[in-house]
Amino acid sequence: MTDALGGADTFPKLLARNAERLGGRAALREKDLGIWRETSWRACQERVRDFSLGLVSLGLARGGKVAIIGDNRPEWVIAELAAQAAGAASVGIYQDSNLTEVGFVIDHSDARFIVAEDQEQVDKILGMIDQLPKVAYVVYSDPRGLRRYRHEKLLSFSEVEVRGRALAKEKPGLYDENVARGGGGDLAMICYTSGTTGQPKGAMLSFQNLLTMALSLHQVDPRKPGDEFVSFLPLAWIGEQMMSVATALAIGFTVNFPEEPETALHDIREIGPHVLFAPPRIWEGLNSTVQVKIMDTTPLKRFLYERLMPVGYKTADLRLKHGRVPLLWRALYLFADLLLFRALKDRLGLLHLRSGTTGGAALGPDVFRFFHAMGVRLKQIYGQTEISGISCIHPDDAIKFHTVGKPIPGTEVRISERGEILSRSPSVFLGYYKNEAATREALSDGWLHSGDAGYLEEDGQLVVIDRLKDVLRLADGTRFSPQYIENRLKFSPYVKEAVVMGQDRPYLTALLCIDSAVVGKWAEKQKISYTTYTDLSAKAQVYDLLQTEIDRVNETLPGAARIRKFVLLYKELDADDEELTRTRKVRRGFVEERYRGIISALYGDEERIAIDTTIRFQDGKTARIQANLSVRRLEAGGA
Amino acid sequence: MALLEIAHLSLRFGGVTALQDVSFAVEPGAISAIIGPNGAGKTSLLNCISGVYRPQKGTIRFDGADVTHLRPAARTRLAIARTFQNIALFKGMTVLDNLLIGRHCHQKTGVLGGGLYYGLGEREEIRDRGHIEQIIDFLEIEPVRKQVVHTLAYGLQKRVELGRALALEPRLLLLDEPMAGMNAEEKEDMARFILDINEERGTTILMIEHDMGVVMDLSHRVVVLNFGQKIADGTPEEVQQSREVQLAYLGGEAAA
Repeated sequence: MTDALGGADTFPKLLARNAERLGGRAALREKDLGIWRETSWRACQERVRDFSLGLVSLGLARGGKVAIIGDNRPEWVIAELAAQAAGAASVGIYQDSNLTEVGFVIDHSDARFIVAEDQEQVDKILGMIDQLPKVAYVVYSDPRGLRRYRHEKLLSFSEVEVRGRALAKEKPGLYDENVARGGGGDLAMICYTSGTTGQPKGAMLSFQNLLTMALSLHQVDPRKPGDEFVSFLPLAWIGEQMMSVATALAIGFTVNFPEEPETALHDIREIGPHVLFAPPRIWEGLNSTVQVKIMDTTPLKRFLYERLMPVGYKTADLRLKHGRVPLLWRALYLFADLLLFRALKDRLGLLHLRSGTTGGAALGPDVFRFFHAMGVRLKQIYGQTEISGISCIHPDDAIKFHTVGKPIPGTEVRISERGEILSRSPSVFLGYYKNEAATREALSDGWLHSGDAGYLEEDGQLVVIDRLKDVLRLADGTRFSPQYIENRLKFSPYVKEAVVMGQDRPYLTALLCIDSAVVGKWAEKQKISYTTYTDLSAKAQVYDLLQTEIDRVNETLPGAARIRKFVLLYKELDADDEELTRTRKVRRGFVEERYRGIISALYGDEERIAIDTTIRFQDGKTARIQANLSVRRLEAGGA
Repeated sequence: MALLEIAHLSLRFGGVTALQDVSFAVEPGAISAIIGPNGAGKTSLLNCISGVYRPQKGTIRFDGADVTHLRPAARTRLAIARTFQNIALFKGMTVLDNLLIGRHCHQKTGVLGGGLYYGLGEREEIRDRGHIEQIIDFLEIEPVRKQVVHTLAYGLQKRVELGRALALEPRLLLLDEPMAGMNAEEKEDMARFILDINEERGTTILMIEHDMGVVMDLSHRVVVLNFGQKIADGTPEEVQQSREVQLAYLGGEAAA
């Protein structure tokens, strides 16, 4: 492994290597005050050195933990590398976590240092500092609003850097010594998984875990030094760590940080990244943006779009099915590319894209085809935090939309007798922090148990069905996978979230949340007036629209496992209401409990349900919602 | 010494007396609020300070100098900025352009110099854009920087208007109902901005506001008007205790 990395086996050593080899080239870039500002590899290493020594001077010891919470900023990565350079491990916390989650992770990880981005995060931590006895210092990087704060444990990022510079003068060789003492087997980070059930578990990953993953992925999906990458997903998530830190250091590409989370898509366009890794919702978002904007554009552009997209679709289908495209279609495609696809890709910021991947959940075949049609070779990846983020990726020459591809080099995947996906590789984690029982369960007989149900196709590609425990049974014993059906429902542009129920029940039902942007646009076209989300989702015409979408999905399902009744929910499912996890997965148990009234109506004879409830905002405020939901019954066709 | 001193101010429109013998002072670095029932003369008072109305009697002194008879533009140059109760932005222009207008009084280039651009025009443009970007960052409106103002939500437009006033680098910031028509979340954001402007930039703020919670939380000093007359002046606690204020707000019978 270390050959490809020039003998460097930890992140700080790689940083030193890059500072030497790539010196003045950009390591990090952040948009600040409207301008992209670069930090070169050399400057980055200096900031890491200062901050690292600063932490050491405050008492950070080898084996310590530094928790980091905030939006994606250079300081996040600098703090992480600084901790690792001092022989400590980083612990990322999702920036939009609520107090309980933040408190749990800080306390459980034994972190003495917290690096918090701004007032919002500092408030969270200082508010419960009495319950966090292990915390010695809270370091903030954005002083906005914090000027008047006086707390013995609070100090600024630059104060720590000043301390570090002083220590560097006193002991010039200290940083290099600290870095040299680190080894590939050391603990690099603890990634807390946002479990869909119970308390989060802290997966311990070593440098070796992360770097073998980065190099294996590089073999099948190569990147180059100087490539541009935009980091906009939570850095506490393994997927972002895999790209923005591990791969960026191993390969030496530039990581760009958006101005604000809300400007990410706009900033992507400005950067024009070569590498983009995003969960399905981002790709779906791009897809629906295009569709919404095409409805509004000039007739000429719409005409071109409607005539030329089929050329793209046809060419993509030919390539995906046969691997080759006949000359005629290639010529047509070239024409379509010049007139449409280049402009379209440019608008989305995908013109330079060489490696586009999606992961974290299933992406609809329609969205896949859409991107392939315009020449973006989007690939699915699959993995868990416990295997450093990735075990499978679509091979370039065999992209099949329903699979998650083949194992990356060095990784073995097999299916257990229970139908569970098992994997084995040098990237499998060291265990859960302070949770022996969970570790034993996940790693029994030397394989990593994913908890996912799946199967391997003849050509070795893996198909993921659902979480093993989420394969449910109707009262008559019919097996069904709610997530599988939900994903098919969510492939419709009109459906934002779907929850399918039926465990121990006579038939399947669904709770749907409409996508307000797309349905709103549709309603405008149909001249249906509406006020709020609640109002829109109660319209009979919207019910009709969604019914046709469900009918289409029902056609692909076996007769007994079809949806018989559905309700359009009066609000979107929200992570603040604990209905979704921070990575936007539905917390089924919680949702079923919370909407018990609606669900029992779905299994009763009621046609309408009166709703009177309160919703909670992130800051603890509440608002009251009153609505009248109708239950829509579908033809029991085929059953 | 007080930054703003109002002495015996009276304003009449024909037979209607809008303000009668109003006197108070605004200390530098403070957040002061003017409250009072509808028609009490709050906006009239603010208009006198910003120069829209000319009072018939009394003086307004800003930083020691008598400004009672200065034109609004001249007061702007003295660094008195304001926002309006009903948003008064250029609706067809982008957020950036609206904010840049706030820099106008700091620009020295004329039509010719600005038209030629190179030289002084360019330097000013860069300096002012830098300044505006600080404000955009401060008010967290990066995502809408290049959007046309009329496409923005009401709460955001209010924020942009505040930004334009800040672009002036004001020493005295007059806010006419900064929270009007906002939802709870927007109000909370606006309250935080007002506090931050006061704390981080040291700007003196005089605002009219109806939301009593906001007034009592934010202000160091409260002036109460009723039918054009000042009926109370003091800290929020003092004003709340005042019998006259209770009478004005609750009506004679209820308070009796």
